[in-house]
Amino acid sequence: MAQRVGIEVSLACAEAVKLARTDVVSAYPITPQTHIVEHLAELVANGELEADFIPVESEHSAMSACIGSVAAGARTFTSSSAQGLALMHEMLFIASAMRLPVVMAVANRALSGPLNIWNDHSDIMAERDIGWVQTFAENGQEVVDLTLHAFKVAEDPRVSLPTAINMDGFILTHVIESIELPDQKDVDAYLPPFKPLQILDPGRPRSLGVVGGPEIYTEARKAETVALENAYAVVTEHFEGLRKQFGRAYKPVETYKSEDAEVLFITMGSLGQTCMSAVDEMRAAGRKAGVVRIRLWRPFPAGDFIDAVKGARQIIVCDRAISPGACAAPVGAEIKSLLFNRKINNIYVSNPIIGLGGRDVTRQFFKDIYAQAVKDAASGKPMATEIMGVKE
Amino acid sequence: MSRTAEAIKNIEKISPRTVPLFEGVCAGHRGCQGCGEVAALRMAVKAAGPNTIAVSATGCMEIITSPYPQTAWNIPWIHVAFENAAAVAAGVEAGRKILYEKGGIKEKANILVFAGDGGTADIGLQALSGALERGHNLTYICLDNEAYMNTGIQRSSSTPFGATTTTSPAGSRSIGQVTWKKNVAAIAAAHNIPYVATAAPAFHIDLMNKVRRSLAAPGAAYIHVFAPCPTGWRCAPELSIETSRLAVNSRIFPLYEVVDGVYSISRDVAKPIPVADYLKTQRRFSHLKEEQINLIQERTDKEWARLQALVRATNPA
Repeated sequence: MAQRVGIEVSLACAEAVKLARTDVVSAYPITPQTHIVEHLAELVANGELEADFIPVESEHSAMSACIGSVAAGARTFTSSSAQGLALMHEMLFIASAMRLPVVMAVANRALSGPLNIWNDHSDIMAERDIGWVQTFAENGQEVVDLTLHAFKVAEDPRVSLPTAINMDGFILTHVIESIELPDQKDVDAYLPPFKPLQILDPGRPRSLGVVGGPEIYTEARKAETVALENAYAVVTEHFEGLRKQFGRAYKPVETYKSEDAEVLFITMGSLGQTCMSAVDEMRAAGRKAGVVRIRLWRPFPAGDFIDAVKGARQIIVCDRAISPGACAAPVGAEIKSLLFNRKINNIYVSNPIIGLGGRDVTRQFFKDIYAQAVKDAASGKPMATEIMGVKE
Repeated sequence: MSRTAEAIKNIEKISPRTVPLFEGVCAGHRGCQGCGEVAALRMAVKAAGPNTIAVSATGCMEIITSPYPQTAWNIPWIHVAFENAAAVAAGVEAGRKILYEKGGIKEKANILVFAGDGGTADIGLQALSGALERGHNLTYICLDNEAYMNTGIQRSSSTPFGATTTTSPAGSRSIGQVTWKKNVAAIAAAHNIPYVATAAPAFHIDLMNKVRRSLAAPGAAYIHVFAPCPTGWRCAPELSIETSRLAVNSRIFPLYEVVDGVYSISRDVAKPIPVADYLKTQRRFSHLKEEQINLIQERTDKEWARLQALVRATNPA
């Protein structure tokens, strides 16, 4: 029987990595990722996880060793945050280009400077274009399920791409939640052993990571892009597998009270929970508000998203990162581009930037944002992106 | 006898008559004429044999051997980036080790890492240090041609004093490189790993046997190979291998081994040729005046004496 336990989300993530029978963990410590890798080191030290833990000397080497390990045929996991993720930057593109299914948990944290260890999404938004499958968890249970799902998707021969699970640093990683940890036999049924497409094998020599000149680079990038786009169907297929095996249903885009909503908040990660509570209160006060939460960030679930928002007259895209000098913040820009592509021009898009560097986002804050956004739309003000809650 | 000395004493030695016919790096690659680096690479892979996985850093050897859809590699090979060959190899080693323990892999394999001096002494030093310190069972081979040759002869920390390069050009107010060559073999030895050696392609039997010994050593091993680059050193391609002989015979590049911390000189150069005879074979040194050549001679003598002292200190009578 699966066990429901009170457990810190970081530890639950590590337990999921153990249940996945991971072969190699290669990691470098950075707050707030540390509890994940500490627990994994402990599981290896106690013989509870039969894996090799490589305590590398940097995140750049962490990801490099992951690439080498997957190329050797081993199921491989790492985790990082902020500066660590940024230090991996170069390697993240190569992992996907080489089609090596590394799985990484990102404990989302603000990028320096100023140095800040607290939560926002600036780290992963700077890595938006790495070519990885990327999901965002809302709570601890999702962290566990999405971690198992990440291995399943990444290693699927139709995908064979690295996958990242995003979880808000501290807000999720350091919180004790009631989480159902699945049975080993259920996980084994869901996630069979890794069967790599290509490995370094003296019995069948292959060259991995070759030079691609102008005559082939475009085609290589196209193939990788198509693989990521095609991953959508596999992601949803394996969500369905999760439901069948563990009884919990997941979709690329989740909605809350959105059917008759006139104004929809768009969130990613743990903000969704506070936002739903705020929406309950707004509904009680007679406002037709709802929430649309993006769980799958790459490949972007365009069709699901359009279906979720098409009935609204206004959406409030909550960004937790800045794209300085750009026309919108990262998620806002994504969605505006999508609406334009679909010739949808009757939705007013507000794009507040909130919760930077651990700044608390309360229910009241959502209500304030709502009031401001509705006022902006009514006044005919041009759609804008604005950093909210700035102390003047 | 130390653990490593014990492990390496019975390797199947290569002699001039028993040089393996196996070619892990094939003809048809795009190396320059007289490339001493690819010659050393070929010897190293010959010595290691077919049951070997190679990991390359970005650099000359990587680009000349792998332009898609061709490959010169007859053994499994992976290249990821410039500064991380040691870390990638660490992952390959760890992955194979656990799969072997779990029964997913039936046979062990040698792991050889190849990087140039830039990828070793400069940008890859941290990853190298990490891999050596953690003790992964692999051999890291630095193919040192004393500058960033792939990008066009820019200076590295392994470029010797006085050499002109495109970023340390000799001019009216400069003698070229003003710093002394970084001693990466000494840095590797400071990690107290089982095996460290230096080698040169002119002494190919010695080079190949060092590769074999390094692979038999229990844990991380490092071999620093002197790899002449006629293109970058401005010397005649047909004198490439000879240049490496002169480097050894002038004591500019001594051949030695460090086995579990015990130093031994592999080729005792009793009557060294003057360093000037080595320097004059390459136009990268042609601007040097007597004064600078004397400085190089002094430094070379001092380094040789230091090496002898290390031999004495680690081999108590």
